[in-house]
Amino acid sequence: MPSAPLLELENLSTHYVSAQGTRVVRAVDEVSLRIHAGETLGIVGESGSGKSTLALTILRVLPPAAHIVSGRMMFEGEDLLTKSDEEMRQVRGRRIAMILQDPMASLNPLFTIGNQVAEPIRVHEGAPRAAAWSRARELLRSVRIPSPETRVKQYPHEMSGGRRQRIVGAIGMSCEPRLLIADEPTTSLDLTIQAQYLKLLRDLQRTHGLALIFITHNLGIVAKMCDQLAVMYAGRVVESGPVSRIFNAPAHPYTEALLNSIPRMSDDRQRLTAIDGQPPDLAKLPAGCAFAPRCPRAFDRCLQAAPPELALGDGRTARCWLAAPALGTAAAADLRREAV
Amino acid sequence: MSTPADVISLASPAPRFAFIRGLRLGDLPLIPIAILSGIAFVAIFANQLAPHNPEIGSLAARFKPPFWEAGGSTKYLLGTDQLGRDVLSRLIFGARVSMIVGFTAVIFAGILGTALGILSGYLGGWVDQVIMRLTDTWLALPALMFAIFLAAIAGPSMWNIVIILGITYWTRYARVIRGEVLSLKEREFVRLAIVAGCSKLTIMRRHILPNIINSAIVIGTLMLGVVIITEATLSFLGVGVPPPEPAWGLMLSDGKQSLMVGRWWLTIFPGCCIMLMVLSANVLGDWLRVKFDPQLRQL
Amino acid sequence: MKGYIIRRLGYCLLSLFLLSLTIFFFVRVTGDPATLLVEPGASAADIAAIHHQFGLDQPLWVQYALFMASLLSGDLGQSFYYRMPVLELYLARLPNSLMLAVVAMSFSLLIGIPSGIMASVRVGRFWDSAGKVFALLGLSLPSFWVGLVMILVFSVYLGWLPSSGSGTPWHLIMPAFALGWYFAASHMRLTRSSMLEVLGSEYVKLARLKGLPQSLVIAKHAFKNALIPVLTLAGINLVIMVNVAVVVEVVFAWPGIGRLLYEGIAFRDFPVVQGVVLMGGTMIVVVNMVIDILYAVIDPRIRLEK
Repeated sequence: MPSAPLLELENLSTHYVSAQGTRVVRAVDEVSLRIHAGETLGIVGESGSGKSTLALTILRVLPPAAHIVSGRMMFEGEDLLTKSDEEMRQVRGRRIAMILQDPMASLNPLFTIGNQVAEPIRVHEGAPRAAAWSRARELLRSVRIPSPETRVKQYPHEMSGGRRQRIVGAIGMSCEPRLLIADEPTTSLDLTIQAQYLKLLRDLQRTHGLALIFITHNLGIVAKMCDQLAVMYAGRVVESGPVSRIFNAPAHPYTEALLNSIPRMSDDRQRLTAIDGQPPDLAKLPAGCAFAPRCPRAFDRCLQAAPPELALGDGRTARCWLAAPALGTAAAADLRREAV
Repeated sequence: MSTPADVISLASPAPRFAFIRGLRLGDLPLIPIAILSGIAFVAIFANQLAPHNPEIGSLAARFKPPFWEAGGSTKYLLGTDQLGRDVLSRLIFGARVSMIVGFTAVIFAGILGTALGILSGYLGGWVDQVIMRLTDTWLALPALMFAIFLAAIAGPSMWNIVIILGITYWTRYARVIRGEVLSLKEREFVRLAIVAGCSKLTIMRRHILPNIINSAIVIGTLMLGVVIITEATLSFLGVGVPPPEPAWGLMLSDGKQSLMVGRWWLTIFPGCCIMLMVLSANVLGDWLRVKFDPQLRQL
Repeated sequence: MKGYIIRRLGYCLLSLFLLSLTIFFFVRVTGDPATLLVEPGASAADIAAIHHQFGLDQPLWVQYALFMASLLSGDLGQSFYYRMPVLELYLARLPNSLMLAVVAMSFSLLIGIPSGIMASVRVGRFWDSAGKVFALLGLSLPSFWVGLVMILVFSVYLGWLPSSGSGTPWHLIMPAFALGWYFAASHMRLTRSSMLEVLGSEYVKLARLKGLPQSLVIAKHAFKNALIPVLTLAGINLVIMVNVAVVVEVVFAWPGIGRLLYEGIAFRDFPVVQGVVLMGGTMIVVVNMVIDILYAVIDPRIRLEK
């Protein structure tokens, strides 16, 4: 029997409203996800699919123009949306931590490494300076940074990119959170460093029993790191489920296209397969399925109505009318007739 | 067979004043425009509007306060100065001085600065280096000090002041215009013109110039306020427009003498006029800058 | 770092050269410089003597060489009115202007920085709008008029503060405020835009994600970074303040170099005028260079790189 999820998002929507109130961008649209302790959930999508906004929504660190319009975010049994600002502040960095993409930009250039790693410990646990700095050195050791005693007094620009990202990871782990959200942490690292970093994350996860949400556009990393996968398109989750099952048999044409576009050594094809067209303008989404204009298997129904999230069994979901026939409902029979 | 001129005109960018088409009355900053137009109107019709001669006063009527205070009269609405001259009339004619000096100086500086900016940006090389070094040095010295220095040398006259202000402030234009020209140089229509064999002068005149006029106008409007303040400062110090021309700055200088005995009207009224004009110019300039910017970057 | 310093030094020297050239040029372009270099009411013989002394009948480059030679030896000429070397006069008055500028700068930072921070943290709301109005007024009101109005209010009507002269801190308040007013607006605008930029940065985002309280995020992470450009500007503005204090010094009869310049103009004492302008320009160029170098020393990024 599956245990209760650590974090469960139900029909979460975040919209950006322009200053005059005329333009509404549905950055996150009716997203439902769940993750259990010790699990790794990968969130995959193109730029602009809403993955980063989703991460910021969970921690409620959104710019003023963004509003969480609906849904629930149940973390360890509590709805994060009902928490006050002060309560939320105590969740951030302490129970849920996040690491960002560009380590050079994430670290304040004017303060030492030690200062920035010790900071959350001092703020959240009220630890005195000496104790916090000692913990900081331990943390640097745990992320495999050599000679932490000297590093602690150095400044961010004195480190290489890979080291900086580990430091950001150390900051994230400093208060032993239950959940770590990593927003494209390896995108700005060299390939050789990437592999080391991913291994580090996996080890940290095992040691601390951490749940990890890994946001990326790289399916290769998903294959290596993740247990569960959610594919996002135009702010919606179009497919979710266990990684191996999705990779074997994708239920949504977008997922299928993504998998096909990965070049493989064994390929005989001369040209790379790209997905035709452009992602939609999130302020002007079509009435039907958002992917339909680019979908090679779209039919009438797809352009008229946006498909709901359909449960496919086996812990999988998909937002696609093509998945409906698999359910064998009467409505699905109608669909089959229309498709023909 | 198309001529180079045809090819070039096909590739030219969007027309300059396109933004005017989309403009509604509510968009415009009405108050500043009204104030500036009002001042211009007063300046043009000064002779008709002023109740008295601004330069000749009656000593019997010295230091009269404004009409709503004790001792004032409706004959001299805003009071009189130390020579019995009507303050209101002097303010009205002072508007003329401010307008003329302000606009002429801004245009003069604009022509000089824009021309040098275009030459510097387009021709590059040593021309660019020389002009840029000159600009840097000019900018290093505070404009006020430079203007005072030149005014002290040149001697008092209205046109000297205009020239001096022009020489002092051209650098503000040159820097920005040069930057714009540098990016314009890379655009398609300029390259087409070069390939079609147009001379450098033609390109600068027909292609570059129309596209930077917008910027020049924005800078000019913003400079208007600065120029007016500088002119007032020069007049206040006695090196500006010489008496008996009634410049507002000069009125402030005269007014200072009797400030300690409470003759506030000689200071407050000219100062308010300066403030109104400069404020309006600044607000208008800011609005223009925001309005023109999208056009400039051609996004 | 060494290369950086040497380049700054080079620019500085080039600018000083151009400055002296400019002044030299303008003095000669507006007519016979002899008329400027003699006292008012001199005879033809005096003028001829001046011609000889300054080599005005020699080719231009010789004149310039003579000019530079005297400058470099510290000879800025002799004041007609005071019958003293100009340099001595200048240095005697300089501390007064510096004191005025330092107090004025303190005012402008004390007003400008907090209001800039408030405007950036409350973008679009009351403080921001108030800040914008303040900035506009700062730019649109001539400093000497602010001074005159203050005299009217505080000296004439309220009788609280002295309207002229120097000697006590009370004498300093009004002129410093009048001088600092314009710069306060400029500092406020820069603080605001700098804060906005910093508040949108990734490290501030991470600081919030770490769960730091908003006050700590602003006071520690945003503030220090945002302040760098403002302090740089303040340093440059300080020197500018010293030189544009002319009108304020005149209004309040403050005995600084600005007042000296005014006296030079009023008494047709040209060596004084030229001397003040030369010294002012030199001061600005040199201080700019020093600030550039200090910047490199303080910012750890530049210091450890080159």
